[in-house]
Amino acid sequence: MEFWIELIVSVFLVTGAVFVFIGSLGLAKLPDFYTRLHAPTKATTLGMSCLLIASVVLVSFRGGYLSLHELLITLFLLITAPVTAHMLAKTAMHHKLDIVDRTSDKELAKKARERMAP
Amino acid sequence: MLSIAATIATTLVCLSLILNLWRLFKGPSRPDRILALDTMYINSIALIILFGIFSATTLYFEAALLIAMLGFVSTAAMCKYILRGDLIE
Repeated sequence: MEFWIELIVSVFLVTGAVFVFIGSLGLAKLPDFYTRLHAPTKATTLGMSCLLIASVVLVSFRGGYLSLHELLITLFLLITAPVTAHMLAKTAMHHKLDIVDRTSDKELAKKARERMAP
Repeated sequence: MLSIAATIATTLVCLSLILNLWRLFKGPSRPDRILALDTMYINSIALIILFGIFSATTLYFEAALLIAMLGFVSTAAMCKYILRGDLIE
């Protein structure tokens, strides 16, 4: 295999894995649920996209044909991650989870908590 | 170079799976545990893709797609269940 294909695939693999790790680190370390929700839904989706692009490039050059079916998973994750985040945020609002003290605009959060569940 | 990069990526993904497992066991509330499970299935898709790169086949793609679809459906069902106490009303 040529050198530059290996270079592209390696860069995408390491970048994607670092983003996945940053997302999980944020899930483990951030203070409250609403900040914890941001880490996996953004960083992990970007990391998965990088890993799947690396897989597309590698399979295309190994097999000699254009292999795009990994992009299905990328598209599916890009569509479903905001839906999951929205449902989880709605559930957390309904369960009245704690908000960290440094959050700005706590009046809006209090108003949102007092509304009934849909 | 490719094998070194794939080894580094596999190590990082396994470390993030351990972090997700820690959050799944510790998580103070139920939405935390659901979020940890959601992240765990996304990371397991990454692990399956990396295993396919190691073993040079595309045989595991269907498994990854199945995990993605069923993971989304199960997360949506769990959210709906602890939001309303019922799935189909």
